[in-house]
Amino acid sequence: MSTFTPANSAEAVEAVRESKRLRPRGAGTKPALCAVDDETSILDLTGLSGITEYDPGEYTFTALGGTPVAEVEEALGKNGQYLPFDPPLLEAGSTLGGTVAAGLSGPGRYRYGGVRDFLIGASFIDGDGRELRGGGKVVKNAAGFDFPKLLTGSLGELGVLLELTFKVFPRKEAFATLEVETGGFREALDTIALLNSSTEELFALELRPPGTLELRIGGVASVLQARLDRLRSLVNFPCVVVEADEDRWRAAGEFSWAGAGDSLVKAPATLGVIEALDERLEELGAERRYGCGGSVAWIAWPAGESLADLEELLVESGTSGLILRSPGRTVASVFINRSPGPFEKRVRSVLDGPGTFSMRTAGQAG
Amino acid sequence: MDEAAFVSQLLEELKKTYPPGRLLTAAAELAPYESDALTAFKARPRAVVLPESAEEVITTVRACHHHGVPFMARGSGTSLSGGSLPVEDGVVIGLNRLNRILRLDPRERIAVVEPGTVNLKVSEAAERYGLYYAPDPSSQLICTIGGNVAFNSGGVHCLKYGMTANHVLGIRAVLPDGELVELGSASLEGVGPDLSGFFVGSEGLFGIALEITLRLLPRPERYHTVLASYDSLEGAGGAVALVVSSGLLPGAMEIMDRLAIEAAEAAVDAGYPRGAAAVLIVELEGPAEEVEAERLRLLEIIEESGASEVMEAREEEERMKIWKGRKSAFSAAGRLSPDFLVQDGVVPRGRLGEALRTIEELSSIHGLRVANVFHAGDGNLHPLILYDGRVDGELEKAEELAGEILRLCVRLGGSITGEHGVGVEKLAYMKDMFSDANIEVMKRVRSAIDPGRLANRGKMLPEGEPPALKFHGPHPLEKEGRISRE
Repeated sequence: MSTFTPANSAEAVEAVRESKRLRPRGAGTKPALCAVDDETSILDLTGLSGITEYDPGEYTFTALGGTPVAEVEEALGKNGQYLPFDPPLLEAGSTLGGTVAAGLSGPGRYRYGGVRDFLIGASFIDGDGRELRGGGKVVKNAAGFDFPKLLTGSLGELGVLLELTFKVFPRKEAFATLEVETGGFREALDTIALLNSSTEELFALELRPPGTLELRIGGVASVLQARLDRLRSLVNFPCVVVEADEDRWRAAGEFSWAGAGDSLVKAPATLGVIEALDERLEELGAERRYGCGGSVAWIAWPAGESLADLEELLVESGTSGLILRSPGRTVASVFINRSPGPFEKRVRSVLDGPGTFSMRTAGQAG
Repeated sequence: MDEAAFVSQLLEELKKTYPPGRLLTAAAELAPYESDALTAFKARPRAVVLPESAEEVITTVRACHHHGVPFMARGSGTSLSGGSLPVEDGVVIGLNRLNRILRLDPRERIAVVEPGTVNLKVSEAAERYGLYYAPDPSSQLICTIGGNVAFNSGGVHCLKYGMTANHVLGIRAVLPDGELVELGSASLEGVGPDLSGFFVGSEGLFGIALEITLRLLPRPERYHTVLASYDSLEGAGGAVALVVSSGLLPGAMEIMDRLAIEAAEAAVDAGYPRGAAAVLIVELEGPAEEVEAERLRLLEIIEESGASEVMEAREEEERMKIWKGRKSAFSAAGRLSPDFLVQDGVVPRGRLGEALRTIEELSSIHGLRVANVFHAGDGNLHPLILYDGRVDGELEKAEELAGEILRLCVRLGGSITGEHGVGVEKLAYMKDMFSDANIEVMKRVRSAIDPGRLANRGKMLPEGEPPALKFHGPHPLEKEGRISRE
């Protein structure tokens, strides 16, 4: 196994052309997604870093794939802007490319959408070493096939992300977080359903089982208290306002609640899926969080439990999973209960005909 | 065997599926399907089928594939880019009868709909749960979700809420060779490539969506809509820049110029100030307290921007009146000119002023009037080029002017289309926006999905000659006031 460390896109293209098997890697904050076997080389993209264009008036910026998300957030923050989907693992050093390739969004996804909704342009290298581009640099664009969407969640199997353009939003003047103790799992789910259809305009809605909800609102500082009061009476359960809520959300984005030895798995969810999942996870003692109004389950699968059992559980619950890290284990696939269908296979045959980027994760996944 | 023989065999086969009233082959029956809302283009299909179930669509696609006959799926035909122009001598699959809302789940906030479902019907069905479907193209009274999916349709709320792609969670589709696929799911989140996102906006080239899972949002508690008039277009543009830098994120920001205001007033009497050089519409929405606080800030900004007159909608009726003026602006242009072309270019917001000045210059060089209506929040221009198709050479001149405007948008760092799609209309300009290698890879993806190039052949990807311009005047449905242009 060798590692390429390109300093520019031409060198990255060269590496793709030279390699039979290649795995793009950013900062490696999702270790399972960059585990490789002996025949696969690593394409370390941290050298392709930096914001190349940023005009706050346009609500857009462009940066190289290896740019740390933290660097972007700092630049945006100086102009009162941010990436509203709260990219996770920012403190761990996550890169823009890695966030897109893994298709990960944090709690803020609830309000305005996820990474798929904010990525508006991408240049990438396909499996034949061609430099391609999709989307554009303006916030609205309907020309050509939407490659930025396709690349979101593609795990680098459809191309190496070179340069990415995002839409950004102005950050609200003030935020506040309410912790709601609903008393039970069922009550919590019903409250999520109530809030999902309410006009309260939450910025985040997360469930810490069995029954604790975290609600975030944002807006004009002078009316925040009035809105908090309204929320309290709507949910009608004991509530506490969380002090220094920014720290709380940052920590949540690092998955600090998950045990270091556990496998961390993302599973797309609905309220129905969560209902089916939770009891069994509780029995097995698996820590988990349900994010984004019940749209995603984050599961810390205990080191001692078999991943095959998790697969069975996800199948039964009607969902799938993506293993982000799995220390000490070798996993056959980072996907659980998901394999490419005919549409994906056909697209893949074009973007990676030679199979240069196909994942073979015989290496340790954490 | 020649092509006509293949088509005849196909028709024989389709007769087994469709009774005579749902398999149209007579010239008079085919005529309404010859063009869409971009009436400059016209093509005669060999047949139109009107399926009433997904199974019939699948059977039709498989039959077309078997006989190698091109097909085009169509909803209400409101495309402004010629996206639902038939393939000459191909089959049109009219999807309006597949208009059922199969599931509406307020707890999960989703609606599963058939492709022929009219956009506004989704919001109407969701209303009793306090929910709505966000994308709102001006044609939402009649345009269908299937068409919205194919063309990634927008509307006036795109900056904040995105386009169709941002609200589609899952798609069950039939690929052009008859294979069935499920893309995405009922969840907002997924693992693996975002395939439903990739399908949206593929202009019918990837096949036909049979079931679409849509995300619903809670209807905002309060709207606040402001109409401000300016003595110049630059004044209105300057106000947009001030709003943007203030940190407010309005649901909509729209500008109309003098000619567009005149047209709208003549058509619907929206109460816009006559004589203004430009009006700016800004709409805030959200929880009542928040909107009230933002309202005061917005008013300060509008005052600072030098507006000559400010009107705040005090009640829903006034708000609807403001929007009626905006949404009817383009069909109203029919009162100013026998024919018009709507363009859909996008420029970076900061280059709006430059773009508008250049459009004005181009307009006088070509001797054609141009009215401007645009989504100022996201830099999406809709220049409306007025011409008379009965005057020799005017259509060609209008096309030329349109082309120069599109190239201007690309030059300024924008796009040839914000929400209408490439269709047939902008085929010639794809090369201005994408390199040969990029167009080549799109073609290869298309061929991998549709080796026979049967699905909506001739759209989006430049290949042969675009169809000839043949027609003038508003679309028959537009004359009846049933469709309008964004």
